[in-house]
Amino acid sequence: MNGVHDMGGMDGFGSVEAEPNEPMFHARWEARVMAMVRAMGAAGAFNIDASRYYRETLPPEVYLASSYYRKWLLGLENMLIDKGFVAEADMAAAHAVEPPKPLKRGKFRIDDVERVMTRGQFARPAPAAAKFKPGDRVRAKNIHPLTHTRLPRYVRGHVGVVERDHGCHVFPDTAALDLGENPQRLYTVVFDGAELWGSDGDPTVKISIEAFEPYLEPA
Amino acid sequence: MSRHDHDRSELSETELRVRALETILTEKGYVEPGALDAIIEAYETRIGPHNGARVVAKAWTDPPFKQALLDDATKAVGTLGHVSRVGDHLVAVENTPTRHNLVVCTLCSCYPWELLGLPPVWYKSAPYRSRAVKDPRGVLTDFGITLPAETEIRVWDSTAETRFLVLPMRPAGTEGFSEQQLAELVTRDSMVGTGFPKTPGAPS
Repeated sequence: MNGVHDMGGMDGFGSVEAEPNEPMFHARWEARVMAMVRAMGAAGAFNIDASRYYRETLPPEVYLASSYYRKWLLGLENMLIDKGFVAEADMAAAHAVEPPKPLKRGKFRIDDVERVMTRGQFARPAPAAAKFKPGDRVRAKNIHPLTHTRLPRYVRGHVGVVERDHGCHVFPDTAALDLGENPQRLYTVVFDGAELWGSDGDPTVKISIEAFEPYLEPA
Repeated sequence: MSRHDHDRSELSETELRVRALETILTEKGYVEPGALDAIIEAYETRIGPHNGARVVAKAWTDPPFKQALLDDATKAVGTLGHVSRVGDHLVAVENTPTRHNLVVCTLCSCYPWELLGLPPVWYKSAPYRSRAVKDPRGVLTDFGITLPAETEIRVWDSTAETRFLVLPMRPAGTEGFSEQQLAELVTRDSMVGTGFPKTPGAPS
């Protein structure tokens, strides 16, 4: 979806301000939110693509005005309600009043913590041969799906060069909607700054994205 | 500090919501009490830029390891028993005198957290996400860094589950340094591309 989360190339947000000696969390509730997202994800309530999609579908004014972990909290609440793990009545009471819904991988236990400390595996066996190879010129398709996609707006319609083939990975566009892993070939595609930004671009800059094969066409 | 320490009257709307949700998840039996604390403790004690710094220092002192890292970073890091496991799809990209690498996630906040810890606020912020792909030199200026005008800048937008670690150039004046001494010079920002390693003897 063409949401405000797709920020590459937007102007007007000001300069980058780094905080010296920044703590890992700025308040304890941030850590609780992070841990709830990790635990419920590991228990099988949702996948990483769905959790990203729920943050992207927050109203734009909420997305832009909320801190990072506030967005995580709001996305988590919406996702758990939509998927039936939490009821509106539970939220209103601030307690569990409706019966629980079974989790795919069961209750998250202390013994499961090791599992969340290693990243998931997203590579899958290739269902088909690669359409492109390093060195091929490709165009990012001019597509505007209304749901989750990882093809940023700023490259759509532009021509780049395939640099690496990463094999097949879980396809976020379908996984986010619980429509299956639908593995697709993943490539690093490099664009010249001038191709993306025209004469406003810095000619010494090259930008790459990680592009799934359905995002690309021969150029 | 446990979640019961606050004076209830001082809790913000956000804190109340977080506490309510945690209560619901616990009462429904989705999460074992204590499991969230264990996750937080693991994050706070086990991940961080010290992991990435060890990888960089090893690459600076061990040419075959450096080549293996550039060929397949996941596999190469996996051979270092003392660095936390990184999962799949790590890509190391090397800075050279003619090319500087910068990592961003324009769509959300993807970051190699096993090696660098959780991302800082600036990495997740709108200014960084919006400008890194269009005006990377301007972003570097915000960090107090200027590159020669002819240096190529390569920006890596982390739009999938691949994760990027910048291998910065080894600072001058570090001949004979041990891996441990070198690791102390490697900053988080130098592994994202928004900084350089520390120079020995310079004030930090």
